[in-house]
Amino acid sequence: MSIMEEFLQYLISGITVGMIYVLVALGYNIIYNVTEVINFAQGEFVMLGGLCAVFYYESLHLPLWVAFFMSIGTVGVIGLIFEKFAIRYARSQSVLTLIIVTIAFSIILKGSAMFIWGKDPYSLPAFSAGSPWMVAGAAVQRQSLWIMGISLVIISGLSIFFHNSFYGKAMCACADNPIAAKMMGIPVRRMILLSFTLSAALGAAGGVIITPLSLMEYDRGALLGLKGFSVAVLGGLGNFWGALMAGIFIGIGESFCAGYISSGYKDAVALVALLIVLFVRPEGLLGKTK
Amino acid sequence: MNRKNLPGFLVFLVCIGLFPVFATRISAIQHYLDVMIFGGIFGIVAIGLSLLMGYAGQISLAHAAFMGIGAYSSGILTTHFNFSPVPALFLGLLITAIIAFSVGVPSLRLKGHYLAMATLGFGVIVHIIFSEEVNWTGGPSGLVGIPGFGLGDWKLKSTLQWYYFVWLWVAVSILIALNLVNSRIGRAFRAIHEDEKAAEAMGVPTARYKVQIFVVSAAMAAFAGSLYAHYVEFINPGSFDLVWSIRFILMVMVGGIQSIWGSLLGSLFLTFLSNEWLQVFAELEILIYGIILFIISLFFPDGLFPVIFRFLAQQLERRYE
Amino acid sequence: MNEASEIPILEIRELGKSFGGVEALHDITFSVPSGVIQSIIGPNGAGKTTLLNCVSGIIKPSHGKIYFLGKPIENLPPHRIATLGISRTFQHVALFKRMTVIENVAIGRHSKTRSGFLACTLRLSSMRREERDIFTKAEEWLEFVGLSDEMWKEAGSLPLGKQKLLEVARALAAEPRLLLLDEPAGGLNTSETEQFGDLIERIRNLGITILLIEHDMNLVMEKSDYVVVLHYGKLLATGTPREIKRNPQVIEVYLGKEE
Repeated sequence: MSIMEEFLQYLISGITVGMIYVLVALGYNIIYNVTEVINFAQGEFVMLGGLCAVFYYESLHLPLWVAFFMSIGTVGVIGLIFEKFAIRYARSQSVLTLIIVTIAFSIILKGSAMFIWGKDPYSLPAFSAGSPWMVAGAAVQRQSLWIMGISLVIISGLSIFFHNSFYGKAMCACADNPIAAKMMGIPVRRMILLSFTLSAALGAAGGVIITPLSLMEYDRGALLGLKGFSVAVLGGLGNFWGALMAGIFIGIGESFCAGYISSGYKDAVALVALLIVLFVRPEGLLGKTK
Repeated sequence: MNRKNLPGFLVFLVCIGLFPVFATRISAIQHYLDVMIFGGIFGIVAIGLSLLMGYAGQISLAHAAFMGIGAYSSGILTTHFNFSPVPALFLGLLITAIIAFSVGVPSLRLKGHYLAMATLGFGVIVHIIFSEEVNWTGGPSGLVGIPGFGLGDWKLKSTLQWYYFVWLWVAVSILIALNLVNSRIGRAFRAIHEDEKAAEAMGVPTARYKVQIFVVSAAMAAFAGSLYAHYVEFINPGSFDLVWSIRFILMVMVGGIQSIWGSLLGSLFLTFLSNEWLQVFAELEILIYGIILFIISLFFPDGLFPVIFRFLAQQLERRYE
Repeated sequence: MNEASEIPILEIRELGKSFGGVEALHDITFSVPSGVIQSIIGPNGAGKTTLLNCVSGIIKPSHGKIYFLGKPIENLPPHRIATLGISRTFQHVALFKRMTVIENVAIGRHSKTRSGFLACTLRLSSMRREERDIFTKAEEWLEFVGLSDEMWKEAGSLPLGKQKLLEVARALAAEPRLLLLDEPAGGLNTSETEQFGDLIERIRNLGITILLIEHDMNLVMEKSDYVVVLHYGKLLATGTPREIKRNPQVIEVYLGKEE
């Protein structure tokens, strides 16, 4: 493989992984936009999404696309239950309590996943079979295209939803000024519930589409969540297109680090970026300055 | 020492002093001495974390990593550079303090969840470094051959000596923590926890205090890590990962978030729990911790033990009325 | 002190603050002479609390200057301003609710005490002396506002009227030169408000200058030496209560509506 081909290969796999981080980051953004809460269990939703799809596909022998949607639905409901029975109750407490509640919930999800699926990694078949395409000497997995396609559809859909639909605008209004939103007749509680459901489902979608490429196991959630958070902060918390750019940036950075420096340190790329951004520009590279 | 804390502290000293007398004579609990040494080491971490969490209201998910930095500093300096344990320990403390300072300054300017995320990320990075720098750290299989603790010709030999040595430092930690809590700075911490804006308006330099207590708390963890390395004489990255950071948080939450004694009790309770009583569940330990943490944080955000003590006190009162 | 009486204790020059394009304060200029009770009045949304927040450093003004005893303070963090001698209470009571009453007042002494980390952890004798001093003074100030009996209660358990008094005691414990009171009588009944009026006078008699935001016109007109009227972020009028009462502009936009 020539240097150019190698470079292109890293670039493509970087963008693919980056898309998953974008989906996780959007999950943070949605919840943050509505409640200004950071949900530490966000990454676990990705892990659950992947493993639930494996369950529906492998154990119940459902078609892959049914498993995809069932998994998203299941995890969405878990997000809903979490909001309804824990977050809603803890919101009256201090930020510290709220953080610990979401951390505890993430451990519960991780522990349950280990209990149900064990410690082995699981796989799913690619969404469409066939050998990879060759682009200028680099191999593009078909699943990579699926990942990019589905992510872009979701991101555009969410963007339209938040900027143009009544519900979307109402959700944004809740974080800006919950009291005013309530007075305008927006059901703030239902909006918060919706935001948790939506972001859980979003994480699950990311989990299902990445599993055919990189497998899924019970303890992947924490790191995915952290990288997604780095992406969200890098792009400016609450900023959708910022998250997209940041996600691709981090994905490529990781891929290059793994390829040219050391694969062991690739996981540190996002976290170092997070610490640097917090140090230099806490509102995010693409966030608005106040 | 504040007069109101003195009786409790004396009782504590007597209990700690007498425990080995029983433990060494009853064979069923002989190995409790060893468990108590670990409980004491973790207790130092928990006391420091309680100062940060319960008093200053800031959360750290990197306390296991700070403990690891202390442990690996001691381990690497003594095995690779022939340092003797005491200077290695001090250098480790200094390194940890500098690192904690540089992590704390940017993230403590921001709201609560940023410190949590920044420390979480930092903890993971540290763990990666422990695993990757095989030449220095021994990688995932660990660093072996760390000497026992000692200074010059004097060396800690028996488990009993270790027990008294570790608990001496636990006592010192408690003394320092109680003194701090019952001072203008300790009150300022609680004020920050309750209402940062009002504290600032009363002349409390909130940003500086938060960084200071973060550094002190991290240094206490590093100190404990160093003791750990010399006691076990072997360390690997698995002892300093996220699960351990969460365990420390759990120790503080169980014992009472705003209680120095509580966090020590919490760390003893959890150490015995995982070493003695929960071994049957092995794999499920983490799930059980998650559930306990979830329930405590939702229903007893001030901690579990304070609620239990209050309940017992009420029952007693009712009985003798 | 002689020089203090010559320069005003607080001088505000062309102060402006906008929040995302909305101008909350527009070129405010006025000064507060040493030793007076001065009130800021104006309808809701006039920018009174914003002004107070600028003075105490909680928000940074967009432009303009604030001088405290001739020194510019608009760029200092709140705790530095507090240490210089400006203390305050909050419109919505901001006590440390889960600490005891006396501990709240003890926090007020923070800017007057020095003991550092080392002195506190080692309980050095200097620290112990300071600690005794903190609590003696705290008791004195509690007695001053009439809360001696509540000393060991949790601050959050007090009724609103007493919480407001406690906030004043906490602010006074810093022995400020200038005390900012943000609607101290808000939510109080008539007799409580009257007591508060007396308290304000007693504080002034200690030589502490008071800058007061208040909606209760009787309290303002009876106790103030000077009154500043704000209207939609602009300075409408300044003067003695008598002048303000006669000012046609003020009557039109503010007093006129109520009477």
